Amino acid sequence: MALLDVQGLKTVLDPNAPKQLWGVVAEFENEEALLKAGRAMHHEHGYTKLDAMTPFPVHGIEAALGIPRSILGYIVICIGLTGTITAILLQWWTGAVDYPLVIAGKPLFAFEFAMPIMFELSVLFSAFACVFGMLALNGLPNLYHPTMHFSKFGRATDDGFLLVVEKNDPKFSAVDTQQLLMNLGASSAEIVED
Amino acid sequence: MENLTLTKSDLDAISPRMVLDKGTRPTGYREVTEDVVSIVEVKTPAAWWVAFVVSFLVMCMLFGMLAYQVATGVGVWGNNSPVGWAWDITNFVFWIGIGHAGTLISAILFLFRQKWRTSINRAAEAMTLFAVACAGIYPVFHVGRIWRAYWLFPIPNTDLQMWQNFRSPLLWDVFAISTYGTVSALFWYVGLIPDLATVRDRATGLRAKIYGFLSLGWRGSAVHWNNYEMAYMLLAGLSTPLVLSVHTIVSFDFAVSVLPGWHTTIFPPYFVAGAVFSGFAMVMTLLVIFRKWFHLEHLVTIKHLENMNKIMLVTGTVVGYAYGTEFFIAWYSGNPYELFTFQNRAFGPYWWAYWSMISCNVLSPQFFWSKSLRTNIPFMFVISIFINIGMWFERFVIIVTSLHRDFLPSSWGYFRPTYVDILTFVGTFGLFMTLFLLFVRFVPMIAISEVKGVIAADKHRNLPQHVEAEMAVKHNEIMKVVV
Repeated sequence: MALLDVQGLKTVLDPNAPKQLWGVVAEFENEEALLKAGRAMHHEHGYTKLDAMTPFPVHGIEAALGIPRSILGYIVICIGLTGTITAILLQWWTGAVDYPLVIAGKPLFAFEFAMPIMFELSVLFSAFACVFGMLALNGLPNLYHPTMHFSKFGRATDDGFLLVVEKNDPKFSAVDTQQLLMNLGASSAEIVED
Repeated sequence: MENLTLTKSDLDAISPRMVLDKGTRPTGYREVTEDVVSIVEVKTPAAWWVAFVVSFLVMCMLFGMLAYQVATGVGVWGNNSPVGWAWDITNFVFWIGIGHAGTLISAILFLFRQKWRTSINRAAEAMTLFAVACAGIYPVFHVGRIWRAYWLFPIPNTDLQMWQNFRSPLLWDVFAISTYGTVSALFWYVGLIPDLATVRDRATGLRAKIYGFLSLGWRGSAVHWNNYEMAYMLLAGLSTPLVLSVHTIVSFDFAVSVLPGWHTTIFPPYFVAGAVFSGFAMVMTLLVIFRKWFHLEHLVTIKHLENMNKIMLVTGTVVGYAYGTEFFIAWYSGNPYELFTFQNRAFGPYWWAYWSMISCNVLSPQFFWSKSLRTNIPFMFVISIFINIGMWFERFVIIVTSLHRDFLPSSWGYFRPTYVDILTFVGTFGLFMTLFLLFVRFVPMIAISEVKGVIAADKHRNLPQHVEAEMAVKHNEIMKVVV
């Protein structure tokens, strides 16, 4: 989750740096082919370090590749409730403790008038948790990733559907994995170095 | 299913959900990327420069007027006792209201799974952000000494020596508007990340670096999409009550006071409906121009425009109903001040504002009951302008007519705007258009990844073959534009 992947950057900048095998990336023509191949890789051939790269969220890909449901919701509710509590403490402490001021005979603190700001701060904190939580869970920003060496990487944000197998998968073997992906209907498969 | 044939009403029932016009141009993944991204890649069109220079000059006028106001004092505006809130707060509510359609499209229609929203949500959300920026100017400059504007927020400081009054709806408003602006910006940016990556992957050199930086290294990984979709859904779930709360709290600025004409419980729903109404009108005004200009008629289709017209018809009618209820309650309450205020609205010195409001807001959307009128693009463009005008008048009527005749006839007055009021308001349109033009020039104005998701979902809609065939045959009838 480092802001800058120093080691990665050095590797990119230094043309003489020794390259290491990172994994295999295969390209599929459409989302159905990707889903079918992904399902076969995970459920039939037992690969676990799988990922896909697609131009839009392909539904069913999580189940096919064995990606668990996002935990973001739990992060958001915790930080959202922190916002609620912040709003209560802020309004109570400023109005009833630190500088009590009687205005129109109204109570110094009451939940009725505290409600709008409690709501707004809950939403504000939740929204920040949502965005920055999502980025943190995804390890973004991260301007370099080995998969960017794949010759058709750009298709992942246009019309290509890529399947990624990492080297540290127990079943990984550069030649066999590449061959398997081709057998599963990939239009091309490449070994990617880091 | 085998013997299913489509009647005219079936077509009408299915067609609002048709997202893209496949009859005119190919809408594959690659074509959508090309059609949308090429807008930000081609050489800047001359027409864009003309529009930009004009908007920019108008924006400079805004800053000139604001500088004059800060240097001289709030007295350069026409506000004076008894009309202490006038064009400033009218314009503030007007711009905030316009923003609401963007959030409605991006959040509420998302939760209702209205897939057609994907073609228009990016532009509508951008409009929200820019409208909130225009709105924010007014309360900040209305405080007079803007170098003290931080006093609006509970920031510990050594010069105020006290805290804000949290019992006041004006302070709730500070929180509501700043939260709304922040959350809208976050929501917009999250939606943009995958599309900025698409621009990055087609660009070279410095452009690729800039878009690469802005897209944070997005690569469309399945793990990323998994968290991203959760974040998007949660943001939509958060923004939905937020957008309702914002205009509710704006209406509290008025409703919590004890002024006849303001002190009514109908304000929150009535303000929210009005905000959505005006916002859709502004989205319509902008999209009719930009879809034509950038050849996006197959992505922003006549069905999108028709659906928006239906929403305007509903919200316009709700607003009309609220006007009627206000009058009824003014009579039924038996409160002579309340009754006087409403009679004064319709028949007093500001009768022209009241009847402009009624004709633009209540009467003009009623034309959309007719299918041929709500699929007629020049007609809907004109009506959308009328609605924008009418909704500005609504806020003017609520604020100025309620204030200008105080309880005692000795405190009666008549508000007239000064040239500074007028030029400042015109100037906010310059700011709005400048930002919007920059947006269409540098950012994909249609949510590419979301449209592609809809194209994929469309493949699996599992309608029987012959129904699909019939829909293809009747394409012209479904996508008919009345001219």
